[in-house]
Amino acid sequence: MRYTLILGFVLFIVGLWGMLTRKNLFKIVIGFSIIDTGIHLIIVTIGYLQGKTAPILDKMVTPGNAVQKVVDPIPSALVLTAIVIGLAVTALMLSYIVRLYKHKRSLSIEDYRELKW
Amino acid sequence: MIKRILIIAILFLIVVVFLPFMKNIVLKDSLNSLSSDYVETSSKDLKAANIVTGVVVTFRGLDTLGEVTVLFIATAGVGFLLRRKHEKSGKIKKRPASEILSTGASFLFPLVILFGVYIFLHGHLTPGGGFQGGVIIASAFLLLLLSNIHFQFNHTILHWVESLSGAIYVLFGLLGLILLGSFLDPRFLPLGTLGKLLSAGAIPLIYSFIGLKVGSELSNILDSLRGAEE
Repeated sequence: MRYTLILGFVLFIVGLWGMLTRKNLFKIVIGFSIIDTGIHLIIVTIGYLQGKTAPILDKMVTPGNAVQKVVDPIPSALVLTAIVIGLAVTALMLSYIVRLYKHKRSLSIEDYRELKW
Repeated sequence: MIKRILIIAILFLIVVVFLPFMKNIVLKDSLNSLSSDYVETSSKDLKAANIVTGVVVTFRGLDTLGEVTVLFIATAGVGFLLRRKHEKSGKIKKRPASEILSTGASFLFPLVILFGVYIFLHGHLTPGGGFQGGVIIASAFLLLLLSNIHFQFNHTILHWVESLSGAIYVLFGLLGLILLGSFLDPRFLPLGTLGKLLSAGAIPLIYSFIGLKVGSELSNILDSLRGAEE
Protein backbone atom coordinates (compact mmCIF):
# COMPACT_ATOMS: atom_id res chain seq x y z
CA MET A 1 0.00 0.00 0.00
CA ARG A 2 1.36 3.36 -1.01
CA TYR A 3 1.47 6.32 1.33
CA THR A 4 -0.11 8.64 -1.24
CA LEU A 5 -3.05 6.25 -1.48
CA ILE A 6 -3.54 6.42 2.30
CA LEU A 7 -3.12 10.19 2.21
CA GLY A 8 -5.75 10.51 -0.53
CA PHE A 9 -8.14 8.33 1.45
CA VAL A 10 -7.55 10.33 4.64
CA LEU A 11 -8.18 13.58 2.74
CA PHE A 12 -11.42 12.11 1.40
CA ILE A 13 -12.59 11.19 4.90
CA VAL A 14 -11.53 14.57 6.35
CA GLY A 15 -13.37 16.41 3.58
CA LEU A 16 -16.52 14.36 4.07
CA TRP A 17 -16.36 14.89 7.83
CA GLY A 18 -16.01 18.63 7.21
CA MET A 19 -18.97 18.67 4.85
CA LEU A 20 -21.17 16.81 7.33
CA THR A 21 -20.27 18.65 10.53
CA ARG A 22 -19.57 22.27 9.58
CA LYS A 23 -22.39 24.79 9.68
CA ASN A 24 -20.80 27.56 7.62
CA LEU A 25 -21.57 27.25 3.90
CA PHE A 26 -18.05 28.30 2.91
CA LYS A 27 -16.56 25.59 5.10
CA ILE A 28 -18.78 23.01 3.41
CA VAL A 29 -17.36 24.11 0.04
CA ILE A 30 -13.84 23.81 1.48
CA GLY A 31 -14.73 20.26 2.57
CA PHE A 32 -15.82 19.53 -0.99
CA SER A 33 -12.50 20.84 -2.33
CA ILE A 34 -10.60 18.61 0.10
CA ILE A 35 -12.59 15.57 -1.10
CA ASP A 36 -11.76 16.62 -4.67
CA THR A 37 -8.03 16.75 -3.91
CA GLY A 38 -8.14 13.37 -2.16
CA ILE A 39 -9.80 11.71 -5.15
CA HIS A 40 -7.29 13.25 -7.57
CA LEU A 41 -4.47 11.91 -5.43
CA ILE A 42 -5.98 8.41 -5.42
CA ILE A 43 -6.51 8.38 -9.20
CA VAL A 44 -2.97 9.54 -9.92
CA THR A 45 -1.55 6.98 -7.48
CA ILE A 46 -3.40 4.12 -9.17
CA GLY A 47 -1.75 5.07 -12.48
CA TYR A 48 1.74 5.37 -11.00
CA LEU A 49 4.26 2.62 -11.69
CA GLN A 50 7.27 2.25 -9.41
CA GLY A 51 10.47 3.74 -10.80
CA LYS A 52 8.99 5.02 -14.07
CA THR A 53 8.90 8.50 -15.52
CA ALA A 54 6.33 10.97 -16.86
CA PRO A 55 4.71 9.99 -20.17
CA ILE A 56 6.55 12.62 -22.21
CA LEU A 57 8.99 11.62 -24.92
CA ASP A 58 12.50 13.09 -24.93
CA LYS A 59 16.09 11.90 -25.41
CA MET A 60 15.83 9.12 -22.81
CA VAL A 61 12.25 8.06 -23.51
CA THR A 62 12.09 7.28 -27.23
CA PRO A 63 9.08 5.89 -29.13
CA GLY A 64 10.85 2.52 -29.14
CA ASN A 65 11.19 2.06 -25.37
CA ALA A 66 8.36 4.31 -24.15
CA VAL A 67 6.13 1.39 -23.14
CA GLN A 68 8.79 0.12 -20.69
CA LYS A 69 9.64 3.54 -19.27
CA VAL A 70 6.50 5.59 -18.62
CA VAL A 71 3.67 5.61 -16.09
CA ASP A 72 0.03 5.15 -17.12
CA PRO A 73 -1.06 8.29 -19.05
CA ILE A 74 -4.83 7.74 -18.73
CA PRO A 75 -5.27 8.67 -15.02
CA SER A 76 -3.11 11.75 -15.59
CA ALA A 77 -5.36 12.79 -18.46
CA LEU A 78 -8.48 12.23 -16.35
CA VAL A 79 -7.14 14.24 -13.41
CA LEU A 80 -5.96 17.05 -15.71
CA THR A 81 -9.50 17.78 -16.83
CA ALA A 82 -11.01 16.98 -13.42
CA ILE A 83 -8.97 19.77 -11.79
CA VAL A 84 -10.38 22.41 -14.14
CA ILE A 85 -13.91 21.06 -13.72
CA GLY A 86 -13.43 21.11 -9.94
CA LEU A 87 -12.45 24.77 -10.19
CA ALA A 88 -15.56 25.62 -12.21
CA VAL A 89 -17.87 23.65 -9.90
CA THR A 90 -16.34 25.37 -6.85
CA ALA A 91 -16.96 28.76 -8.49
CA LEU A 92 -20.57 27.75 -9.13
CA MET A 93 -21.07 26.66 -5.51
CA LEU A 94 -19.53 29.89 -4.21
CA SER A 95 -21.85 31.96 -6.37
CA TYR A 96 -24.80 29.99 -4.98
CA ILE A 97 -23.59 30.95 -1.51
CA VAL A 98 -23.41 34.63 -2.54
CA ARG A 99 -27.00 34.42 -3.79
CA LEU A 100 -28.19 32.67 -0.63
CA TYR A 101 -26.46 35.28 1.51
CA LYS A 102 -28.14 38.10 -0.40
CA HIS A 103 -31.46 36.37 0.13
CA LYS A 104 -31.28 35.68 3.89
CA ARG A 105 -28.18 37.51 5.16
CA SER A 106 -26.84 34.37 6.78
CA LEU A 107 -24.05 31.90 6.06
CA SER A 108 -25.15 29.26 8.54
CA ILE A 109 -26.79 26.22 6.98
CA GLU A 110 -29.15 26.03 9.96
CA ASP A 111 -31.01 29.09 8.68
CA TYR A 112 -31.98 27.32 5.50
CA ARG A 113 -34.75 25.02 6.63
CA GLU A 114 -35.15 23.42 3.22
CA LEU A 115 -31.55 22.15 3.40
CA LYS A 116 -31.75 20.81 6.93
CA TRP A 117 -31.45 17.10 7.65
CA MET B 1 -25.90 14.00 19.69
CA ILE B 2 -27.76 11.60 17.39
CA LYS B 3 -26.44 13.58 14.45
CA ARG B 4 -22.87 13.20 15.66
CA ILE B 5 -23.27 9.43 16.11
CA LEU B 6 -24.82 9.17 12.65
CA ILE B 7 -21.93 11.10 11.10
CA ILE B 8 -19.37 8.88 12.80
CA ALA B 9 -21.30 5.79 11.70
CA ILE B 10 -21.38 7.04 8.08
CA LEU B 11 -17.66 7.74 8.05
CA PHE B 12 -16.93 4.37 9.66
CA LEU B 13 -19.08 2.60 7.06
CA ILE B 14 -17.25 4.37 4.24
CA VAL B 15 -13.92 3.27 5.69
CA VAL B 16 -15.20 -0.32 6.01
CA VAL B 17 -16.48 -0.31 2.43
CA PHE B 18 -13.42 1.20 0.79
CA LEU B 19 -10.58 -0.21 2.88
CA PRO B 20 -10.61 -3.66 1.19
CA PHE B 21 -10.31 -1.92 -2.20
CA MET B 22 -7.35 0.08 -0.95
CA LYS B 23 -5.65 -3.01 0.43
CA ASN B 24 -6.24 -5.08 -2.67
CA ILE B 25 -4.77 -2.64 -5.16
CA VAL B 26 -2.00 -4.63 -6.80
CA LEU B 27 1.22 -2.76 -7.40
CA LYS B 28 1.78 -3.34 -11.07
CA ASP B 29 5.15 -2.89 -12.72
CA SER B 30 3.98 -2.63 -16.33
CA LEU B 31 1.24 -0.84 -18.25
CA ASN B 32 -2.00 -2.62 -19.01
CA SER B 33 -2.85 -3.38 -22.64
CA LEU B 34 -5.00 -0.27 -23.22
CA SER B 35 -2.38 2.11 -21.80
CA SER B 36 0.49 0.49 -23.68
CA ASP B 37 -1.56 0.72 -26.87
CA TYR B 38 -2.17 4.44 -26.19
CA VAL B 39 1.55 5.00 -25.55
CA GLU B 40 2.53 3.12 -28.74
CA THR B 41 -0.04 4.85 -30.95
CA SER B 42 0.52 8.29 -29.49
CA SER B 43 4.25 8.23 -30.13
CA LYS B 44 4.19 6.47 -33.51
CA ASP B 45 0.96 7.39 -35.27
CA LEU B 46 0.23 10.80 -33.77
CA LYS B 47 3.83 12.02 -33.19
CA ALA B 48 2.70 13.73 -29.98
CA ALA B 49 5.67 13.90 -27.60
CA ASN B 50 3.37 14.46 -24.62
CA ILE B 51 1.38 11.23 -24.44
CA VAL B 52 -1.10 12.70 -21.93
CA THR B 53 -2.02 15.31 -24.53
CA GLY B 54 -2.47 12.56 -27.11
CA VAL B 55 -4.89 10.85 -24.74
CA VAL B 56 -6.75 14.05 -23.77
CA VAL B 57 -7.14 15.52 -27.25
CA THR B 58 -7.42 12.43 -29.45
CA PHE B 59 -8.23 9.12 -27.77
CA ARG B 60 -10.49 10.70 -25.21
CA GLY B 61 -11.29 13.80 -27.26
CA LEU B 62 -15.03 13.32 -26.90
CA ASP B 63 -14.55 13.22 -23.14
CA THR B 64 -12.65 16.52 -23.30
CA LEU B 65 -15.42 18.05 -25.40
CA GLY B 66 -17.83 17.01 -22.66
CA GLU B 67 -15.62 18.58 -19.99
CA VAL B 68 -15.47 21.85 -21.94
CA THR B 69 -19.26 21.72 -22.09
CA VAL B 70 -19.45 21.21 -18.31
CA LEU B 71 -17.16 24.22 -17.90
CA PHE B 72 -19.43 26.25 -20.17
CA ILE B 73 -22.54 25.26 -18.21
CA ALA B 74 -20.84 26.12 -14.91
CA THR B 75 -19.85 29.53 -16.32
CA ALA B 76 -23.39 30.12 -17.52
CA GLY B 77 -24.66 29.16 -14.05
CA VAL B 78 -22.28 31.57 -12.32
CA GLY B 79 -23.24 34.33 -14.74
CA PHE B 80 -26.92 33.66 -14.14
CA LEU B 81 -26.65 33.56 -10.35
CA LEU B 82 -24.53 36.68 -10.06
CA ARG B 83 -26.18 38.78 -12.76
CA ARG B 84 -25.88 42.46 -12.25
CA LYS B 85 -28.79 44.74 -11.58
CA HIS B 86 -28.13 47.90 -13.55
CA GLU B 87 -30.66 50.10 -11.79
CA LYS B 88 -28.94 49.78 -8.42
CA SER B 89 -26.74 52.82 -7.91
CA GLY B 90 -25.62 52.65 -4.29
CA LYS B 91 -22.04 51.73 -5.07
CA ILE B 92 -19.30 51.22 -2.53
CA LYS B 93 -16.50 53.68 -3.10
CA LYS B 94 -13.45 51.71 -4.13
CA ARG B 95 -9.94 52.64 -3.22
CA PRO B 96 -7.50 52.64 -6.16
CA ALA B 97 -4.75 50.01 -6.08
CA SER B 98 -1.38 50.94 -4.67
CA GLU B 99 1.46 52.16 -6.87
CA ILE B 100 3.35 48.87 -6.50
CA LEU B 101 0.38 46.71 -7.52
CA SER B 102 -0.63 48.80 -10.52
CA THR B 103 2.93 49.15 -11.84
CA GLY B 104 3.66 45.47 -11.25
CA ALA B 105 0.40 44.41 -12.89
CA SER B 106 0.97 46.49 -16.02
CA PHE B 107 4.50 45.05 -16.25
CA LEU B 108 3.45 41.44 -15.64
CA PHE B 109 0.19 41.31 -17.60
CA PRO B 110 1.68 40.85 -21.12
CA LEU B 111 4.27 38.40 -19.78
CA VAL B 112 1.65 36.25 -18.08
CA ILE B 113 -0.50 36.25 -21.25
CA LEU B 114 2.58 35.26 -23.27
CA PHE B 115 3.34 32.46 -20.81
CA GLY B 116 -0.23 31.16 -21.07
CA VAL B 117 -0.06 31.16 -24.87
CA TYR B 118 3.30 29.36 -24.70
CA ILE B 119 1.81 26.72 -22.37
CA PHE B 120 -1.07 25.86 -24.66
CA LEU B 121 0.93 26.07 -27.91
CA HIS B 122 3.48 23.59 -26.53
CA GLY B 123 0.85 21.31 -25.03
CA HIS B 124 1.86 18.43 -27.31
CA LEU B 125 5.58 18.72 -26.43
CA THR B 126 5.89 19.65 -22.76
CA PRO B 127 3.73 19.32 -19.64
CA GLY B 128 0.88 21.73 -20.14
CA GLY B 129 -1.89 22.32 -22.62
CA GLY B 130 -5.13 24.11 -23.21
CA PHE B 131 -6.61 23.79 -19.74
CA GLN B 132 -3.49 24.96 -17.92
CA GLY B 133 -2.77 27.73 -20.45
CA GLY B 134 -6.35 28.93 -20.22
CA VAL B 135 -6.17 29.15 -16.44
CA ILE B 136 -2.92 31.15 -16.65
CA ILE B 137 -4.52 33.61 -19.10
CA ALA B 138 -7.48 34.02 -16.74
CA SER B 139 -5.06 34.68 -13.87
CA ALA B 140 -3.54 37.52 -15.93
CA PHE B 141 -6.98 39.08 -16.21
CA LEU B 142 -7.48 38.60 -12.47
CA LEU B 143 -4.30 40.62 -11.91
CA LEU B 144 -5.67 43.35 -14.15
CA LEU B 145 -9.01 43.33 -12.29
CA LEU B 146 -7.24 43.64 -8.94
CA SER B 147 -4.95 46.46 -9.98
CA ASN B 148 -7.31 48.62 -12.00
CA ILE B 149 -10.72 49.42 -10.49
CA HIS B 150 -12.01 50.93 -13.74
CA PHE B 151 -11.08 47.93 -15.86
CA GLN B 152 -14.01 46.57 -17.88
CA PHE B 153 -14.04 43.45 -20.00
CA ASN B 154 -15.05 43.97 -23.60
CA HIS B 155 -17.98 41.57 -23.56
CA THR B 156 -18.37 41.45 -27.32
CA ILE B 157 -14.81 40.20 -27.82
CA LEU B 158 -15.04 37.82 -24.85
CA HIS B 159 -18.24 36.21 -26.11
CA TRP B 160 -16.98 35.98 -29.68
CA VAL B 161 -13.70 34.34 -28.60
CA GLU B 162 -15.59 31.92 -26.38
CA SER B 163 -18.20 30.91 -28.98
CA LEU B 164 -15.83 30.83 -31.95
CA SER B 165 -13.18 28.72 -30.22
CA GLY B 166 -15.82 26.21 -29.08
CA ALA B 167 -17.33 26.06 -32.57
CA ILE B 168 -13.92 25.65 -34.23
CA TYR B 169 -13.07 22.84 -31.80
CA VAL B 170 -16.20 20.94 -32.88
CA LEU B 171 -15.45 21.84 -36.52
CA PHE B 172 -11.99 20.24 -36.27
CA GLY B 173 -13.62 17.14 -34.81
CA LEU B 174 -16.06 17.00 -37.73
CA LEU B 175 -13.18 17.55 -40.21
CA GLY B 176 -11.52 14.45 -38.77
CA LEU B 177 -14.82 12.58 -39.11
CA ILE B 178 -15.29 13.62 -42.74
CA LEU B 179 -11.70 13.22 -43.94
CA LEU B 180 -10.51 10.21 -41.93
CA GLY B 181 -13.65 8.58 -40.62
CA SER B 182 -13.33 9.17 -36.87
CA PHE B 183 -14.38 12.13 -34.74
CA LEU B 184 -11.49 14.35 -33.52
CA ASP B 185 -8.87 12.47 -35.52
CA PRO B 186 -6.05 15.08 -35.80
CA ARG B 187 -4.17 13.38 -38.63
CA PHE B 188 -5.77 15.35 -41.46
CA LEU B 189 -2.92 17.87 -41.15
CA PRO B 190 0.70 16.77 -41.84
CA LEU B 191 2.20 15.00 -38.82
CA GLY B 192 5.71 16.48 -39.03
CA THR B 193 8.60 15.20 -36.93
CA LEU B 194 8.31 14.19 -33.31
CA GLY B 195 9.29 16.94 -30.88
CA LYS B 196 8.92 19.92 -33.24
CA LEU B 197 6.39 22.70 -32.66
CA LEU B 198 4.59 21.96 -35.93
CA SER B 199 3.91 18.29 -35.38
CA ALA B 200 1.16 15.93 -34.23
CA GLY B 201 -1.30 17.03 -36.93
CA ALA B 202 -4.08 19.23 -35.63
CA ILE B 203 -3.39 18.62 -31.90
CA PRO B 204 -1.65 22.00 -31.26
CA LEU B 205 -4.46 23.82 -33.07
CA ILE B 206 -7.22 21.96 -31.21
CA TYR B 207 -5.47 22.49 -27.88
CA SER B 208 -4.99 26.21 -28.62
CA PHE B 209 -8.70 26.60 -29.19
CA ILE B 210 -9.41 24.68 -25.98
CA GLY B 211 -6.99 27.09 -24.26
CA LEU B 212 -8.76 30.16 -25.65
CA LYS B 213 -12.13 28.71 -24.65
CA VAL B 214 -11.05 27.87 -21.10
CA GLY B 215 -9.34 31.26 -20.75
CA SER B 216 -12.39 33.21 -21.88
CA GLU B 217 -14.78 31.10 -19.77
CA LEU B 218 -12.74 31.63 -16.62
CA SER B 219 -12.37 35.36 -17.37
CA ASN B 220 -16.15 35.42 -17.66
CA ILE B 221 -16.43 33.78 -14.21
CA LEU B 222 -14.04 36.41 -12.79
CA ASP B 223 -16.11 39.16 -14.35
CA SER B 224 -19.34 37.74 -12.88
CA LEU B 225 -17.75 37.34 -9.46
CA ARG B 226 -16.62 40.96 -9.51
CA GLY B 227 -20.06 42.13 -10.54
CA ALA B 228 -21.53 40.31 -7.56
CA GLU B 229 -20.40 42.83 -4.98
CA GLU B 230 -22.96 45.40 -4.03
